[in-house]
Amino acid sequence: MSIFNEIKDEQLDILSEVGNIGAGHAASALASLLNRKIDMAVPFVKVLSFEDLMDFFGGADLPVASIFLRMEGDLTGSIFFIMPFEQAEQFVRELVQDPAFDIDTIHEHMLGTSALHELGNILAGSYLSALADLTKLQLHPSVPDVTLDMFGAVISEGLMQFSPLGDQAIVIDTSIFDDQNQQELKGNMFLLPDFESFEKLFKALGNL
Amino acid sequence: MNVQIPAVVKVGIADVQLVKTPDRIRTSGLGSCVGLVLFDQEKKLAGLVHVMLPDSSLSKGAVENLAKYADTGVKHTIDLLLKEGARKHALKAKLAGGAEMFKFKSTNDLMRIGPRNVSAVKEHLSLHHIPIISEDTGGNNGRTIEFDPLTTELEIRTVKQGIMKI
Repeated sequence: MSIFNEIKDEQLDILSEVGNIGAGHAASALASLLNRKIDMAVPFVKVLSFEDLMDFFGGADLPVASIFLRMEGDLTGSIFFIMPFEQAEQFVRELVQDPAFDIDTIHEHMLGTSALHELGNILAGSYLSALADLTKLQLHPSVPDVTLDMFGAVISEGLMQFSPLGDQAIVIDTSIFDDQNQQELKGNMFLLPDFESFEKLFKALGNL
Repeated sequence: MNVQIPAVVKVGIADVQLVKTPDRIRTSGLGSCVGLVLFDQEKKLAGLVHVMLPDSSLSKGAVENLAKYADTGVKHTIDLLLKEGARKHALKAKLAGGAEMFKFKSTNDLMRIGPRNVSAVKEHLSLHHIPIISEDTGGNNGRTIEFDPLTTELEIRTVKQGIMKI
């Protein structure tokens, strides 16, 4: 039954390509938004146990800013853009050009909140449209939602789709960062396709 | 002199563990999942299960991890506690979690699972005649919980609202 045992290296390579193209577009969208160079790490594609996924990001109680949306259409899945609090604060300071912005008081800061929403819209929108071009499938994003909370509490929403199958998830993770600047700007994009979507995804990309 | 340093037993996502005084037990980053503590105060013994889904009928294929679902998780935790010497009639419950972390609408029935997890856990506690002493459920924030079987206090930590005890 388990798709985790059957998944082949070539298929992981295909998923890596998905992460590469999706996050590549997201990074260039962010670069033009901030008007500077944004780099992207080699995508990390792995079958991870739920526990290992928590540890991979620094623990289930790590406070993170998370932009979450559902991919809908021919493929379904969850997309997260996740940043530790300090990074999110840095992003918002730069986006709204307010060096005094404090992430702890974001709920009183309308502009900061909408900047994070907009960041999510742009990153996820460009990730998804790149994926749609690549697969020739109809894909559209749900309205994103922003939550500032513990990593485990937010990412588990994406793990629900895998949970009926086992205690593992297929994670496509790409980190984007700015290493030229003194202030490192870093975030992770996670794509967690629903398990029903893997077959369609591999079919659409099988001839790559 | 032999001094025993209390440890904190860690419970992962979709996991169950037991604890005895003087140790404590913790699970981190509960979102829509529910953390359920069952304890026998006199025996200073408790179990914590991190429930992810409301019913084992959702499983595709055989249920390999009993702790994951509310129905099998409640029963499995009781069985483990009884094996360690807890008395069924003395078991009491405290629970936390079952939040709705994100607000948007989705057609997918695995979204908005928090409230369903809470009601499934309660239903199965009631089937086993286990009273609920206290709970902190629902809302829209993540929780890390830690239980001390000696005081039977459940400490709940959140990012936005600090620490409370129930």
